[in-house]
Amino acid sequence: MIEQTLINFSRITADKLLVRLSGTWQIGEDPPHAEALLEQIKSEPGIQRIAFDTQNLKDWDSSLLIFMLKVMNQLKERDIIAEKEGLPEGVQRLLDLATAVPEQKDAGQKEELPSFLDKVGTDALRFVSSTGELIGFVGEAWLATVKLFVGKAGFRPSDMALFLQQSGAEALPIVSLISLLVGLILGFVGIIQLKMFGAEMYVANLVGIAMVREMGAIMTGIIMAGRTGAAFAAQLGTMQVNEEIDALNTLGIKPMEFLVLPRMLGLTLMAPLLCMYAGIMGILGGWIVAVPIYGIDSTTYINQVTQAVGLNDLFIGLFMGLVFGVLVSLSGCLRGMQCGRSASAVGDAATSAVVTGIVAIIVATAIITILCDVLGI
Amino acid sequence: MTETDTNKEAHIKVKDLTMAYGSFVVMRDLNFSVNRGDIFIIMGGSGCGKSTLMKHLIGLNPPAKGRVLYGDMSFWETGSKQREQFMRRFGVLYQSGALWSSMTLAENIALPLEQYTDLGPGQIRELVSLKLALVGLAGFETFYPSEISGGMRKRAGLARAMALDPEILFFDEPSAGLDPVSSKRLDDLILELRDTLGATVVVVTHELASIFTIGNNSVFLDPETRTMIANGDPHKLLEESKDPRVQRFLRRGEVEEASGGEAWLKKSAKPS
Repeated sequence: MIEQTLINFSRITADKLLVRLSGTWQIGEDPPHAEALLEQIKSEPGIQRIAFDTQNLKDWDSSLLIFMLKVMNQLKERDIIAEKEGLPEGVQRLLDLATAVPEQKDAGQKEELPSFLDKVGTDALRFVSSTGELIGFVGEAWLATVKLFVGKAGFRPSDMALFLQQSGAEALPIVSLISLLVGLILGFVGIIQLKMFGAEMYVANLVGIAMVREMGAIMTGIIMAGRTGAAFAAQLGTMQVNEEIDALNTLGIKPMEFLVLPRMLGLTLMAPLLCMYAGIMGILGGWIVAVPIYGIDSTTYINQVTQAVGLNDLFIGLFMGLVFGVLVSLSGCLRGMQCGRSASAVGDAATSAVVTGIVAIIVATAIITILCDVLGI
Repeated sequence: MTETDTNKEAHIKVKDLTMAYGSFVVMRDLNFSVNRGDIFIIMGGSGCGKSTLMKHLIGLNPPAKGRVLYGDMSFWETGSKQREQFMRRFGVLYQSGALWSSMTLAENIALPLEQYTDLGPGQIRELVSLKLALVGLAGFETFYPSEISGGMRKRAGLARAMALDPEILFFDEPSAGLDPVSSKRLDDLILELRDTLGATVVVVTHELASIFTIGNNSVFLDPETRTMIANGDPHKLLEESKDPRVQRFLRRGEVEEASGGEAWLKKSAKPS
């Protein structure tokens, strides 16, 4: 097959160059670049006008337009007149359309990479403002809670019931599964080590204390962050996008009381109960390892657990659950209320709610554990 | 329009208002007033800040500079308690209806009533049915917003905006996303509400048909100069304004720009 030349040039007068376009111009078939024409112009000084001949042009699509647009821009810069008359009528019209509105020069400003110092500065400012927002949000939430106990509740009781159900009862299956498995794992790991000392039955103490005091609460907290915290952020974020929160504001109904408070109360009330439940499921997990698999007597296991797990362990577990409930619902609601006004912002809000929630849980666990150690409980 | 001519008391006054998001100025030096009983149109091209201006009027965004006066009261300079009191007299219809998606239509309309009146559940139910009937949605009380069409959501939003019999009704792009017939019906409803409730109506729109059917006062925002470039009855603007930008807008761009701004006089496009 003979290679088709799509473009060639001939000088017809002293200041005029004729550009012949021919063949089929199609996207994906590597049509000539605008540079070819520009080099031709450079190599032949004194050109003032450019004419086009398209008699042999068979078929064309956007590739010809891209070529022509580049050529036109370059010719304009060099003050060379282009005689568009020779072009197909469709090309002329589309070119006019494409050049009708001049290119917005400052539209591309976002692409500029900020300098390192710039970034440090903006990040620092953002950190300060987000800390301010966080403190403001916590303060408002606190005021709303106080208002709830002093005066009239600013939300609908049915909402509250719904959130109690959503964050409590509906979380039971996943909490059961996870804490049963965690109890099982603790049991296995523990019993293998304890066996070396012939102290298998102390696995009950290990599983009982670990689950009731720490692990139950932590696992529940992480489940709540992934399940309920994300849901809160997505719900509130979508309401932000739909202008539903604006609609509340214009009615003088405070979103903090009407939307955030029932969610926070619902989760905070349910969290300690879930933690206690997780503890029981964990102990059951340990029992599955100890009794049917390793043949420890069931009564011995239960006696060991009841002796080992004291009231203070239970209270620490419940307290941690309460703290996690506050932290998870706070981060979920905060991210939801801060949400931007687009679909992707809702996704970001949910992600950020989970991350914030889990980080807060781990930090709080560390603080509480250290405090308990210092206080000797 | 005659009844507003006799009653020229300014209901909303905007003085030297500058609107900004952070350091980005959306509009500056806005000065206009909305009279009691007006149907006031906020118009301008897409993205010029019409909805932002409405948000300033209803108290969602604080002004960067300047004042919004309701009667003699400066909206942003009074205490938050009084501001809230004031906001209760607004009814707002958002672009997408903004119904609370977790509640049925009846609950949506009942919420403002429960918050601000001492009515019993029975009376509230009756009021809710009435408001829904007014917008042609009788019998849809138990539907959730996701179960009805966009046009119905908008009408339900209007029913909610009217729940407390507001003094001022704000509409954000009421005809966006509606077919011509529904949009016309909404326009008729707006006129009806103004006449029967005596409410002042502020409408953000760029639908020419609506502008000329319902509007008797307006402000025109220009995104290039970032300020208002015309103010007054849209019919008068159409006939008298010499500004080519206003003319282009009000005649759907059918003005020959090059011919010195006089060409539009020959084309006497008549408003409906």
